[in-house]
Amino acid sequence: MSTILTLKEQPAVPLEAEVLTPDILAPLGPVEVRALPVFLGKRQYRLDEFFVVEGGGSDHLEIRGEAHNVKWIGRGMTGGRITVAGNVGMHLGAFMKGGTIEVSGHASDWVGAEMIGGMIHVWGNAGGQIGAAYRGSLSGMKGGTILVEGSAGMEIGMRMRRGLIAVKGPVRDFAGLQMKGGTIVLLGGAELRTGAWMVRGTIVTLQPIRLLPTFLYACCYNPVFLRLYVKHLHGLGFSMPYAAEEGAYHRYTGDTSVPGKGEILVWRPCAP
Amino acid sequence: MLRITGGKVFDPANGINGEVRDVCILDGRIVADVEGGRTLNATGLVVFPGGVDVHTHVAGAALNFARAMIPEDHRRNTPFVRTAVRRGGIGGATPTTHVTGYLYAGMGWTTVNEAAVPILSARHTHEELRDTPIVDKTCCLLLANNEILLDLLEAGEIERATHVVAWQIWAAKAYGVKAVNPGGVAAWKWGKDAKQLLEPIEGYAKVTPAKIIAGLAGIVDALGLPHPLHLHCNNLGAPGNCATTLETMKVLEGRRAHLAHLQYHAYGGDDWPTMRSESVRVAEAFNARPNLTTDAGAVLFGDTVTITADGPWQHLLHKLTGRKWGNLDVENETGCGIVPYVYKEKNLVNAVQWAVGLELLLLIDDPWRVFLTTDHPNGAAFWRYPEIIQLLMDAEFRREQLKALPPKALKRIVLPELKRQYTLYEIAIVTSAGPARALGLTQKGHLGVGADADVALFNDSKDIAAMFAYPRYVIKGGEVVLEEGEIRKVVEGRGFLVRPTYDEKVEDYIRPLFQQYYTMSFDNYPVEMERIERPEIRPCTLIPDQ
Repeated sequence: MSTILTLKEQPAVPLEAEVLTPDILAPLGPVEVRALPVFLGKRQYRLDEFFVVEGGGSDHLEIRGEAHNVKWIGRGMTGGRITVAGNVGMHLGAFMKGGTIEVSGHASDWVGAEMIGGMIHVWGNAGGQIGAAYRGSLSGMKGGTILVEGSAGMEIGMRMRRGLIAVKGPVRDFAGLQMKGGTIVLLGGAELRTGAWMVRGTIVTLQPIRLLPTFLYACCYNPVFLRLYVKHLHGLGFSMPYAAEEGAYHRYTGDTSVPGKGEILVWRPCAP
Repeated sequence: MLRITGGKVFDPANGINGEVRDVCILDGRIVADVEGGRTLNATGLVVFPGGVDVHTHVAGAALNFARAMIPEDHRRNTPFVRTAVRRGGIGGATPTTHVTGYLYAGMGWTTVNEAAVPILSARHTHEELRDTPIVDKTCCLLLANNEILLDLLEAGEIERATHVVAWQIWAAKAYGVKAVNPGGVAAWKWGKDAKQLLEPIEGYAKVTPAKIIAGLAGIVDALGLPHPLHLHCNNLGAPGNCATTLETMKVLEGRRAHLAHLQYHAYGGDDWPTMRSESVRVAEAFNARPNLTTDAGAVLFGDTVTITADGPWQHLLHKLTGRKWGNLDVENETGCGIVPYVYKEKNLVNAVQWAVGLELLLLIDDPWRVFLTTDHPNGAAFWRYPEIIQLLMDAEFRREQLKALPPKALKRIVLPELKRQYTLYEIAIVTSAGPARALGLTQKGHLGVGADADVALFNDSKDIAAMFAYPRYVIKGGEVVLEEGEIRKVVEGRGFLVRPTYDEKVEDYIRPLFQQYYTMSFDNYPVEMERIERPEIRPCTLIPDQ
């Protein structure tokens, strides 16, 4: 049976619950799970002061309730599964190495920050700094996949080195800031300064976006590698056009102010 | 009152080499005998005088800047959680003030010399040192790029310069004088450096780095400061810089000097791809000059952050690595640069640097003149000293470590040929007795009657790194501060300073210059005595055995 945690009531200030990972919970019985430490501000409490705990001994963790003030869920997890029926707070799946996290509601900032592997699927909106590097760090996410069905905030994929971020809705400024590798797919377009200071990596956008003047037009084509992404994302419920009869991708290289060798691919459909 | 009984005592300053004998403590001092009080059974333990770090950077504006610049390092390291005895903080490359004290004491080191303090930020530095518990502190004042002083050297007014230096030392409540890249930091304000010792520096017609070095070394001797000129030579870190280092030794012409972090000044080659060790030449020249002492400034592989007043070098390092760069301009006095850095064993240059630090420690004959440092945090954090001790004491372990270096590097170093292994007696010299003597701290670095009761007790173990990383007991000023690996009591350290004599009228010379050039009011400039934690003014008389 899954370990089911139901939030009793909204914590007044963010609750830091980095113990909520399958790695920590799976070997424990219900009694031990209830006694796990969480922090409310600087004070330490027991997990069962905030959650009703059912089941145990499973690598599937289910969290129910309005958890948008619960931070660090799935931090550093290496396997197993977390499903959240509702919203979640900041740092969901930060530093995670494997396993999957699925959120039915919205997620806050820093989803999958500095993650190395695994998959996070947010069915609602996400905040900023998805898959990003924490302040001062050299690299953001180095692997894994982050899927967002709704919109996302600022600086998604900041300094990411590898991995895939796909967002169906619009994203805000500085998507792919200082990006070093990996792929960001923007199905709903982006606001300003996309790819600023990017060195390598690929940003694909299906909507026209306002590019920085430091990105130079290279060519118009249908890159072969993108077929693999189209196929992969299609399996995850993210459809992208690819066929030449539908249109083509305009390739811009940059950010030349760094100078960088990244690319932004902007989809241009054929005139009807 | 405390009696340490049954331990093997290593007290090189008194010629005691592993003798089993009692060490008695009364009122914070070592005494010949003591009646009653606690007895520590040290059977199976080795007893050392508390460690003395002759060159470290643990306080001040630059270090604080570095702390702010590397949040990623703070996250990587385990936080120090507050306990009934300890305050909270973070460790890593730039530990917070309280944690710095706990970590030093946690290794059995009880005295530190903050090696670079500009007068303008001396007040801040002393406040941080005050917040650094357990260890006793000294600090060295940055003067080799002080424009008031350079103007006097330009005019050949050595006597007035001597009074100005004495006034500045007292104004900063400092213990010694440090020269960093003499003339180079002043030139950096015009985007230049000072690479040639005999060429005038930017903005001056006559002042050369050589004149600054000789002038300051002479002034320090004339003032009778207990610690000689603490000299960071020109051309730090650059391939081929051993020529500058050898020339600097000649420029000193028999005057006392302490050459800081010699590892960074002992390279051959013309450029980065050809960089090689020149530790043999540098050590030979050093061995022949008894007027000099040095510290290794050894490098260990891993993450750290580099901090130095050598602004031009830090700019170059930033350009070479592409890492974050902080630059501070300290008005008319000095500058500072900060760049986070990773020493990688597969990197040719880093591999050579790692070897050079160890080579110098092994090639310099007299352990009383070469001391163990990493130029914290530049070569590695100070809490990694036990790793270096293991490398010095175990030639087999060194050979194992060499296997990880790139084959190209092995052709550019002499470390594989060095078989010397340090003894515990020599370790006690390079970590305690020697640096205490070089600093002129007569009550430190030994366990003779009258010495400060700073004592470290280690397991007599074959696992050398663990032995020196986790002392069994540490006693500071007669109080047991660490027991069985835990900080048990936090005591306040002392601040040592000097008050060299000077003509009071020199203020009439300095005041108008201040009003003309400084943003700070003259009256706010000198540090008040009450800023110093438990101050002790040391006499300005040269110590005979130096």
